Amino acid sequence: MSNMINVALPKGRLGEKVYDMFEKAGFECPSIKEKNRKLIFENAEKGVRYFWVKPSDVAIYVERGAADIGVAGKDILLEYEPDVYELVDLNIGKCRMAVAAPKEFRDNPQKTLKVATKFSNIAQTYYNSIGRDIDMIHLNGSIEIAPILGLSDVIVDIVETGSTLKENNLEVKENIVPISARLIANKTSFRFKSEKIEFIAREIAAQTEADK
Amino acid sequence: MTDLTIRNDEQVIFALRSLYEKYGYSQYKMTKFEEYDLYVRNKDFLISDNIITFNDTNGKLMALKPDVTLSIIKSNKNNSAPVRKVYYNENVYRVSKGSNSFREIMQVGLECLGDIDNYNISEVLSLAAESLRSISDECILSVSNIDFISNILDAEDVSSDIKSAVFKFIGEKNLHELSVLLKEAEISEENAEKLCVLATLHGSPDRVMPKLRELFPDCAEVDKFESILNSISDELNDIIEIDFSITGDSKYYNGIAFKGYISGISGSVLSGGQYDRLMRKMKQSDKAIGFAIYMDMLESLNEKFNDYDVDTVLLYSDSDDIAKLNKVLRELADKCASILAIKEIPQKLRYRVLMKFDGEEAKLCE
Repeated sequence: MSNMINVALPKGRLGEKVYDMFEKAGFECPSIKEKNRKLIFENAEKGVRYFWVKPSDVAIYVERGAADIGVAGKDILLEYEPDVYELVDLNIGKCRMAVAAPKEFRDNPQKTLKVATKFSNIAQTYYNSIGRDIDMIHLNGSIEIAPILGLSDVIVDIVETGSTLKENNLEVKENIVPISARLIANKTSFRFKSEKIEFIAREIAAQTEADK
Repeated sequence: MTDLTIRNDEQVIFALRSLYEKYGYSQYKMTKFEEYDLYVRNKDFLISDNIITFNDTNGKLMALKPDVTLSIIKSNKNNSAPVRKVYYNENVYRVSKGSNSFREIMQVGLECLGDIDNYNISEVLSLAAESLRSISDECILSVSNIDFISNILDAEDVSSDIKSAVFKFIGEKNLHELSVLLKEAEISEENAEKLCVLATLHGSPDRVMPKLRELFPDCAEVDKFESILNSISDELNDIIEIDFSITGDSKYYNGIAFKGYISGISGSVLSGGQYDRLMRKMKQSDKAIGFAIYMDMLESLNEKFNDYDVDTVLLYSDSDDIAKLNKVLRELADKCASILAIKEIPQKLRYRVLMKFDGEEAKLCE
């Protein structure tokens, strides 16, 4: 196995923040900051290769070993339950998974609850835990309009500041779980590249501690 | 037969069978079907709870076997011999992770049932390590003892939900959520500290054992764990590491648990451990330990054979004398890995050497 560490970073603002943390840990790769459409960047001297992937795909790259480590939101880890190690809570990209509904909504327990969400697994687990019968409606985006158009009673979605909900006349009814970005590692890579992965995990954990 | 004609995973199966037979394990053969009832009663023990079922002619609900261990336990007669040692290579049928469809998966493994002593545990661990070695030189056998964690949780008298959550977080090396959970569950500070250390403890036995002794001073379990690991021969010892993130469902497993990893193959290819609790659940008084190797994960080892479909292609025509052609073909076959006699080259066929039969001999074309 090559000694190069492959890191899957989530595309977008969060990924840029995460890269800065890796850079601070001593794994810089200056070419990543050049403005172009390249997706793979390598610093052979430091033995590190970064690649940008869709945030929801990071866990798959890591679970399947295409990346040794990566940074994924807890929402993705709860939804897909990948078989990976979850080494550090980065304490960034903080938000929560919540149940939201129109302000005037009152839950009628005699009726099956219609739930629209992108996160079917999280929603199902949550409603199973409270023994509520639901009708799951899986959507891929614009979840907020589902209750407005009568498609669902409530939605289960990520809430950051709550402003999108507010603009659509919705409010949080229940918080399910807090979400933040996590450093994850492939279980095989963790064993064969343990020194480097543990070094990175320690350095990044120290930065998150310092930021607290 | 040359190495080229046997796929790598087939060679591995052959090597493993000889290895297990050498140490007195006899082959266990089973039918493809079992009564569904056997699996439904032990659903959590199975890797996937999707099972292919069908009704037998007498109306009984049957299942295509998703697992071999349960059948071996079922066939076990308590105390029939001090220790029963069996190995198997069987196809099992289950949904593979990441896809929603059933797959036929070749599984090779062994089980040791009866009055299991420390030697038996050491032997099974050694055979697991040797099995990994026979697959690849770059391998690691991660060993843990889940009793260390179970004993702490039993002493704290926590609910089964908390217990499973602790095992889950330790299995993920998820220290941040483990600490929060332990605090919420009001686990004593001393035991919470122990569990957090166990969650991150991994490395060679030389490095980990002193830390484990510090954590559990004067503990007979630690002495036993150390003596078992020390008993493994030196040439296999360098692939063994202690890692407490190797856990299992504490309803079924106890004591030693282990997983085998091979560089370049994502996920564990070998998984095993002691399962006395499963034996009790199945009303057996014997103890047991065993492991399984998932051969489907070794498919990537065959990649080096993909350069060519066939080594040599020999072209001939309708007018050729087939006796002469046959003689030339056989002579060539002895010299190359594989040969295909054909009149026209099929599209997309990848070959190393192209030859043409001119009626008397084979001439090199390219």
